[in-house]
Amino acid sequence: MKHLPSPAARRTMTVLAAGTAAAIVLAGCSSSTAGDASDGGAAGDGSFAAVEAALETGGELTYWSWTPSAEAQVAAFEDAYPNVKVNLVNAGTNNDEYTKLQNAIKAGSGAPDVVQIEYQAFPQFSLTDSFVDLAQYGFADFEDDYSASTWNSVTDGDAIYGLPQDSGPMALFYNKAVFDGLGLAVPTTWDEYYEAAKAIHAADPDAYITNDNGDAGFATSMIWQAGGQPFATSGTDVTIDLQDEGSQKWTENWNRLVTEGLVAPTSSWSDEWFRGLGDGSIATLVIGAWMPGNLISGAPDGSGDWRVAPMPTYDGTPASAENGGGGQAVTSQSKNPELAAGFLWWLNNSEESVSIFLESGGFPSTTADLTDEEFLADAPEYFGGQAINEVLADAANNVVEGWNYLPYQVYANSIFGDTVGQSYQSGTDLNDGLVAWQDALVQYGNEQGFAVNK
Amino acid sequence: MALALDRSKPKNGHLNPRSSKTLLIVMIAYALYTLVPLVWLLFASTKTQSGLFSSFGLWFSDDFAFFDNLVATFTYQDGIFLRWLGNTLLYVVVGAGGATLLATMAGYGLAKFRFPGRRAVFAIVLGAVAVPGTALAVPTFLLFSELGLTNTPWAVIIPSLISPFGLYLIWVFASESVPTELLEAARIDGAGEFRTFFTISMRLLAPGIVTVALFTVVATWNNYFLPLIMLSDPDWYPLTVGLNQWSSQAIGAGSQPIYNLVIMGSLLTIIPIVIAFLLLQRFWQSGLTAGSVKQ
Repeated sequence: MKHLPSPAARRTMTVLAAGTAAAIVLAGCSSSTAGDASDGGAAGDGSFAAVEAALETGGELTYWSWTPSAEAQVAAFEDAYPNVKVNLVNAGTNNDEYTKLQNAIKAGSGAPDVVQIEYQAFPQFSLTDSFVDLAQYGFADFEDDYSASTWNSVTDGDAIYGLPQDSGPMALFYNKAVFDGLGLAVPTTWDEYYEAAKAIHAADPDAYITNDNGDAGFATSMIWQAGGQPFATSGTDVTIDLQDEGSQKWTENWNRLVTEGLVAPTSSWSDEWFRGLGDGSIATLVIGAWMPGNLISGAPDGSGDWRVAPMPTYDGTPASAENGGGGQAVTSQSKNPELAAGFLWWLNNSEESVSIFLESGGFPSTTADLTDEEFLADAPEYFGGQAINEVLADAANNVVEGWNYLPYQVYANSIFGDTVGQSYQSGTDLNDGLVAWQDALVQYGNEQGFAVNK
Repeated sequence: MALALDRSKPKNGHLNPRSSKTLLIVMIAYALYTLVPLVWLLFASTKTQSGLFSSFGLWFSDDFAFFDNLVATFTYQDGIFLRWLGNTLLYVVVGAGGATLLATMAGYGLAKFRFPGRRAVFAIVLGAVAVPGTALAVPTFLLFSELGLTNTPWAVIIPSLISPFGLYLIWVFASESVPTELLEAARIDGAGEFRTFFTISMRLLAPGIVTVALFTVVATWNNYFLPLIMLSDPDWYPLTVGLNQWSSQAIGAGSQPIYNLVIMGSLLTIIPIVIAFLLLQRFWQSGLTAGSVKQ
């Protein structure tokens, strides 16, 4: 498969993209007026009425997305608003898309009107005024429609840079057949999880409690759950402290699994991974609530064996974190931001669109759906008829507050493997890896014009 | 090769049987090294998605889904694979074809004509050989964006038209294999420079041209980074970028892994290039050794 980009190539791209991002930060600072975003709404009277009027008047929009439900959603939207034409483009999955978006922003043209962005990548674009602040269209009214953690991910103070689509509160997905076979109880704390990890690996050297070969998204979510807040941004001042209490709590917990070789060194989303999920050699996943659909389609052999439980905790108090998930935003390059905002509103706030999204296996961020009786009662056969959404929706309520990503998180995640990944490979203290990661991030941030840890 | 020549030359001129045995083992190991992934690909192309996960890589699984995969690859997403194949062919024919023509004409011109600035061109071309295309991708993107050419086929074709290495190869080749006396004879007989080039020189240059064509065809066929950056509309993707898009369907929320189609697509993607090599390799061999022996 030489056509696939090597990690190095991907990294090059991210570096280029992130470099561009930071360059724009500087440009934004020097021009002092950061209100470019509001210039777009020429005919806007600053209310949602303008958005509704734009939807009736119609026009043409370009929408970048890689979600499987996008096609059906666009079709339904065009039925509802026949004057609007939406060109749906799959410009690549996550980092590929961000690189293209960053290049288009740098070039000053070529960006779509509406774009799909994961939560971790939001700050990189919103802090550089690449997205339209939707507060001017009265989008603040929608705050109560979304779970607190997802709303926090798309906003910065009073500025609203997008609407959440899916969410990924973390839970413990486990293979019941494996646990029953060994007479193990489902772990509720990380200590029990560690004991189960030893038992599973002792019974079969090819079996592991989970896989982890150094995944930035997973690590940051785990630090999040442990109460860590390693990243803080205020303007161009950035603070990075990957040795705070929460970060240390996580490494203390996870070190024992890594140094004792109790986690499979398998990359997530690889064919080997799906294979392990199907045959039981990867017995659990601590992962976002969007996982069920992926198990059903990617690991059909595991049907009937899998169940969902709350994420293990440190002290028995329920605690979860967001893992993945994202929303959509309107870019500052949009020639018709009101219409784009209208499409975005329909996409992530209308019942019709959200139901298409749910049918495709997505996990909602909308509170109405998270508390919906029918949604909560759903009991897929793959999970042995368990009402998994009850567990997952409960996780959404227990997400620890106060987390922020870096304004260059995409780049940060791309170098995770070179730093913390080394600790994984050599089976040594993850803290050393976090220190190396922090050093690299401080240096990079300062090079890009942020004031990091100053 | 140097090893074989140095050690086996003396005495009766036959290869030393001992050293050839070592050589044989090395060659077999090398052949295995290069062939095993291909064999894996062939076996994998016969499996369904679940068969891929549950069977040994270098043998068949219980299900034989080669033809199902073949049909599915060409029909998935309204047959976009065929569109990508067409795009790749377009980029190869226009891009690599144009690159070969330009490199041939320029290399020949530099080798056979004296004019001011030759040395400067030589230095620039040699410098250009050393710069990897990947390093130029983002500046090229910004340049093309200014011209409004991004997200169009031109964004892939125009950069492919330039092959400094091909130019250099033809230059060296033309200096060796096109006798200046022959050109002078043609001129005396009244042939124009273009006529001389197309009727005489190009024939003499044929092995070199084929070599350059092979290089540029392979480079354009496998071109990944440039189209990845330039194109955002899947309708213009070449196979490389398209297959990567299929492969990344397995990542993240709402993933739809289609590894069986990615594998079949990869197999179909390498077949034309393998055929091109098999057909043209004799030209290539003579092209590579051109100029290596002084006549």
